[in-house]
Amino acid sequence: MSAGAPLLVVEDLKKYYPVRGGVFAAKVGDVHAVEGVTFTVAAGETLGLVGESGCGKSTLGRTIMRLEEPTSGRVLFEGKDVAYASKTELFQIRRDIQAIFQDPYSSLNPRMTVGEIVREPLEVHGMGTKAEQIEKVRALLETVGLTGEMLDRYPHEFSGGQRQRVGVARALALDPKLVIADEPVSALDVSVRSQILNLMVRLQKERNLAYIFISHDLSVVEHISDSIAIMYLGRIVEIGPADEVFANPSHPYTRVLIGAIPVADPTRKRSSEPLPGEAPSPISPPPGCPFHPRCSFAIDACRAAVPPLEPAPTNAGGARPHLAACIRKHEI
Amino acid sequence: MALLEIDDLAIGFQTEAGLLRAVDGVSLRLEKGRTLGLVGESGCGKSVTASSILRLVPSPPGKYLGGQIRFNGVDILALPASELPKIRGKDIAMIFQDPMTSLNPVFTIEKQLGEVLALRFGLDKHAARARSVEMLGTVGIPEPEQRIGAYPHELSGGMKQRVMIAMALMCEPQLLIADEPTTALDVTVQAQVLNLIRALQQRMGAAVLFITHDMGVVAEMCDEVAVMYAGRIVEQGNVFAIFKDAQHPYTKGLLRSLPRKGGAKKAELPTIEGVVPSLLNPPAHCRFADRCWKRKRLPETDQKRCFSEDPKLRPAGESFAACHFPVGGEQL
Ligand SMILES: Nc1ncnc2c1ncn2[C@@H]1O[C@H](COP(=O)(O)OP(=O)(O)OP(=O)(O)O)[C@@H](O)[C@H]1O
Ligand code: SF4
Ligand SMILES: [Mg+2]
Repeated sequence: MSAGAPLLVVEDLKKYYPVRGGVFAAKVGDVHAVEGVTFTVAAGETLGLVGESGCGKSTLGRTIMRLEEPTSGRVLFEGKDVAYASKTELFQIRRDIQAIFQDPYSSLNPRMTVGEIVREPLEVHGMGTKAEQIEKVRALLETVGLTGEMLDRYPHEFSGGQRQRVGVARALALDPKLVIADEPVSALDVSVRSQILNLMVRLQKERNLAYIFISHDLSVVEHISDSIAIMYLGRIVEIGPADEVFANPSHPYTRVLIGAIPVADPTRKRSSEPLPGEAPSPISPPPGCPFHPRCSFAIDACRAAVPPLEPAPTNAGGARPHLAACIRKHEI
Repeated sequence: MALLEIDDLAIGFQTEAGLLRAVDGVSLRLEKGRTLGLVGESGCGKSVTASSILRLVPSPPGKYLGGQIRFNGVDILALPASELPKIRGKDIAMIFQDPMTSLNPVFTIEKQLGEVLALRFGLDKHAARARSVEMLGTVGIPEPEQRIGAYPHELSGGMKQRVMIAMALMCEPQLLIADEPTTALDVTVQAQVLNLIRALQQRMGAAVLFITHDMGVVAEMCDEVAVMYAGRIVEQGNVFAIFKDAQHPYTKGLLRSLPRKGGAKKAELPTIEGVVPSLLNPPAHCRFADRCWKRKRLPETDQKRCFSEDPKLRPAGESFAACHFPVGGEQL
């Protein structure tokens, strides 16, 4: 992790969606998809963002890229507030932050050739002549382990892993500094998954790329992440160096999550009991700690106020602190 | 006699490019009370094998090419079509990869579950509703009393998956075929579903054929493992033997490509280079030969054998492998 100002700062970010109902489609409430999220990402670093479906991971990613307007809070990229960026600054930021999506089948336009798909961002951003762009696309395809001849072929002619490589090539076309990868390997076979992970790690080292790696697969996240943030119902409930969080999970939800992953070793048995109940609704989140209705450690005080993110008992106090939002973190 | 016996099963699909041999000589045994995991790369024929047990392969384009499937000694493929409803949803229940395969879009969940219970146990409407509500709650559907009136399209994908799981478990079948039942679910819900399947097994002595990509789930759930590659079983054996000392180079490669707990961060993961051979015109020799790491280490004369002779499944180490030169204790 590099010293100095972080590449990305997210401060108290909130994203609500109105819920409409009734005859006049009047607003009846809000979905609190992202509820006050704060973290930083350094250049060349991978932040793993983990949580279960509907916890707000993807909305958070989309809001950082400004595919969604935040309800409140700030996103600073290289110190510039994305909300107040001038047109030219925003244009630059859109180059510096790129995305890779989960589904290699639906995220590529089926009517465009692979060459056109990868070249499109270069064209939009007016990078060089057409001939130069095609040269660059050829080089990019080779970087991700495809060949230049594949330029004129269509996505349906490719396997899932090859399509995901095309997605990676497209994301890299503008030489971004940060790539937000939303479940990039979830739809892939085990052997193909490891190829894409290797590719992402290699490119990170070569280009000092930073990743926000969104996934529900903890074994993959543990492999690739320097830091990890655990989300529950729109909030980060635990964050810190990945090894630290895995070795000393300090929020009860993190413990349940880690305990619920089946381990690829038949001689070891799963360590925790399944979580009772269902994730509560983000439209009417429970008062206090969002996890209290399902938490085996919950006491009255947990229902009274939202616990702040504070240093975990084992926090070593390095550049990247280990924080947990649980008032009983010293007792569990 | 085992509960389920599959011998030399072959199933093809008539495509524009010719006959695609999706399943090409598969043999399996499954005893009462046991769980057999079926793993392998996407497209290798797992789902086709599974659906053929219930004679659910669409025909055309599907075509039965040979072999036998016996359930309790009864030759399923020879059964008149009128006998099939007596087996489906009673003695054998299936959880499909795509929930809409077994949910009818025009009926409410209550009606669909009620029908199963009426057919299987002769329950009246009231009793069936009570039992359904209870089961929906058990598979983690919030507010089951309300949701039971919903139509399938009113439920999320994960929710539909759980309704289907509830439906299959309510049948209390002798054989449960589960085709990636938890792939779309969060890990905590997955843990609940896996517990339910285990409970069914303990209570009823049911056998389970479990198809999954997740080697963690295999390790946790299965007594035995069958590994498929390009329409064939390439290895079968006890779960401990497979995880400890896989004998087929493909199995070994598959297991090695998983990120391991406590492994070096961002270290290069082993991969299996190359692609699966086309099932339109599969090679007459070992189907894994062109990708095989083991073959590449052999002297020229031995390699010739990999490229000329088709290996048959035979004892190797503690399992059975279809390889001329089983792995032994060799490391990848
Ligand atoms: N209805 C169909 N028509 C034509 N081909 C089919 C049909 N169903 C399956 N196939 C082909 O049969 C082969 C085996 O498919 P199958 O669905 O059994 O794979 P699988 O092992 O279950 O893969 P996955 O892990 O992706 O679910 C594939 O090549 C597939 O394209
Ligand atoms: S038969 Fe030869 S090519 Fe095939 S798996 Fe065995 S060693 Fe590899
Ligand atoms: Mg399948």
